Amino acid sequence: MTELLEMSVAEAATRIQAVELSREEYFEAWREAAAQDELNAYLWRAEDRAVESDGPLAGVPIAIKDLFCTEAIQTTAGSRILEGHRPLYTATAVRRLTEAGAEVLGKTNMDEFAMGSSNENSAYGPVRNPWDRERVPGGSSGGSAAVVAGSLAPCAIGTDTGGSIRQPAALCGVVGLKPTYGAISRYGMIAFASSLDQCGPLTRNVADAALLLAAMQGRDPCDSTSLGIEGGIKAPSREDLKGLRFAVPAELGGDTIEAGVRAVFEATLRRIEELGGEIAEAPLPHAEHGISAYYMIAPAEASSNLARYDGVRYGMRVEAEGDVIEMYEATRAAGFGDEVKRRIMLGTYALSSGYYEAYYGRAQRVRTKIAADFAAAFEDFDFVVTPTSPSVAFGLGEKTDDPLAMYMNDFFTVPMSLAGIPAISIPAGLAEPDGGGPRLPVGFQIAAPALAEQRLLDAAHALERAIGFDAKPGEGSGG
Amino acid sequence: MIEREQVLHVAKLARLRLSEPELEKMAGELSGILEHVDRIGELDLDDVPPTSHVVELENVLRPDEPRPSWPREAVLEQAPDPAEGAFRVPSPQAEA
Repeated sequence: MTELLEMSVAEAATRIQAVELSREEYFEAWREAAAQDELNAYLWRAEDRAVESDGPLAGVPIAIKDLFCTEAIQTTAGSRILEGHRPLYTATAVRRLTEAGAEVLGKTNMDEFAMGSSNENSAYGPVRNPWDRERVPGGSSGGSAAVVAGSLAPCAIGTDTGGSIRQPAALCGVVGLKPTYGAISRYGMIAFASSLDQCGPLTRNVADAALLLAAMQGRDPCDSTSLGIEGGIKAPSREDLKGLRFAVPAELGGDTIEAGVRAVFEATLRRIEELGGEIAEAPLPHAEHGISAYYMIAPAEASSNLARYDGVRYGMRVEAEGDVIEMYEATRAAGFGDEVKRRIMLGTYALSSGYYEAYYGRAQRVRTKIAADFAAAFEDFDFVVTPTSPSVAFGLGEKTDDPLAMYMNDFFTVPMSLAGIPAISIPAGLAEPDGGGPRLPVGFQIAAPALAEQRLLDAAHALERAIGFDAKPGEGSGG
Repeated sequence: MIEREQVLHVAKLARLRLSEPELEKMAGELSGILEHVDRIGELDLDDVPPTSHVVELENVLRPDEPRPSWPREAVLEQAPDPAEGAFRVPSPQAEA
């Protein structure tokens, strides 16, 4: 059975299609594995198999972040306000996976409404990092990263608004891809910041990420901002990086990166050169303002999107003495956690009369500058590379009292989100945290121009092969 | 930087009831975050257009054809207080 769990998704799917492997046996093996969850990574697990479809993902069990609506299955977004909520419909991304033959294995824990970088903002308790249970898995797709890293699911999907797929993938030692804004439909994905939210896969390797992206991407009449990738996505096969140019931002923010993370990053740059790729510095002068712009734009959009939770049509209601406004206020006070309240307040402030231009308006102009910086870099380069996260996984509770320190986790991931371009994090090695301790995974981020996912996956695949990351949680790493 | 009164005003706009300790904490935290954000005030952005959407999209149109809507009973099943085929809410003009 262990053997079954070690197969890549691509391999299992091929074997199932060749009738060398039974769908029932494979699903059952994963269902039993998922039942062993000691990380608080699942909020719901399938007891039975749903109706099966044939297709390229036939028989592949998949874990779904609890931000995706699943018909008749509880969907909480990690929030108390949606406890027990059973949507009337299924998100397009999930529907496309199941139509391709995938089977929902469970719904994963997450930061409430996808707001957080540590999974500590879930109303249902934090997820633990399989490498070290006293550390965070990252967020907001912490549950999805932890189930893949902890062998509780063969693959998962999550969402990324400012780094919520890439950062947990990095902290858990798995692959995480944020596609181009619009590449996958947002229909049925509970909205956080609509101009930034993007669905994507978290997998053990790049080929599996390509397989899931291929099934999910495409235009959707239910999301008018969806684009689809022309020509679709094929299995990545590239083995070298000859003729490709990689830009390292000149303003990489030297003092904020942990020494161990920097060492792994630099070793990976050398690996790129060994594969024939060229490395040079490129200016991205506005990327350092990404956090400021993001933490105005995302909360502003969130404050509007979250206005719908009012205790009227679905979700929780708290009755109060007095009129309907009192009911709204009491419901929202009890239903939302601290971080969600903080962002609603921040966003409402940024949009309020007298402050709109100084905060929200300026942030939108910075967004233009950041996108222009990337466009300029892509005139000379194929990719921009950075560490995914400034540090390895940090301790539970270490940053919960300092919102700004928590936000700085997103320093390297937010600029790509603001520019709407695709970016992938692949495990690049292990490093000791500053202050010592067992070694933990480090992610390497590669960003590409909009809709250049195929080129991005091909390059990431070649680099992944050369790195040969095969460390697992629990092997002399304190897990 | 952000006063207690401002926090109260914004909370009212956002329909959030904050407890006294939450109010105090929120004022400090919002001030800290805004202080960081204020750095973008140093950039020259006068001639820079704002970006609200990163992908250039033209109007996305579809035929305007009638489709069935959700069954009323299924929708109301999710409601905290359904009554007479509708959502019931406290009166907007309740006696305080």
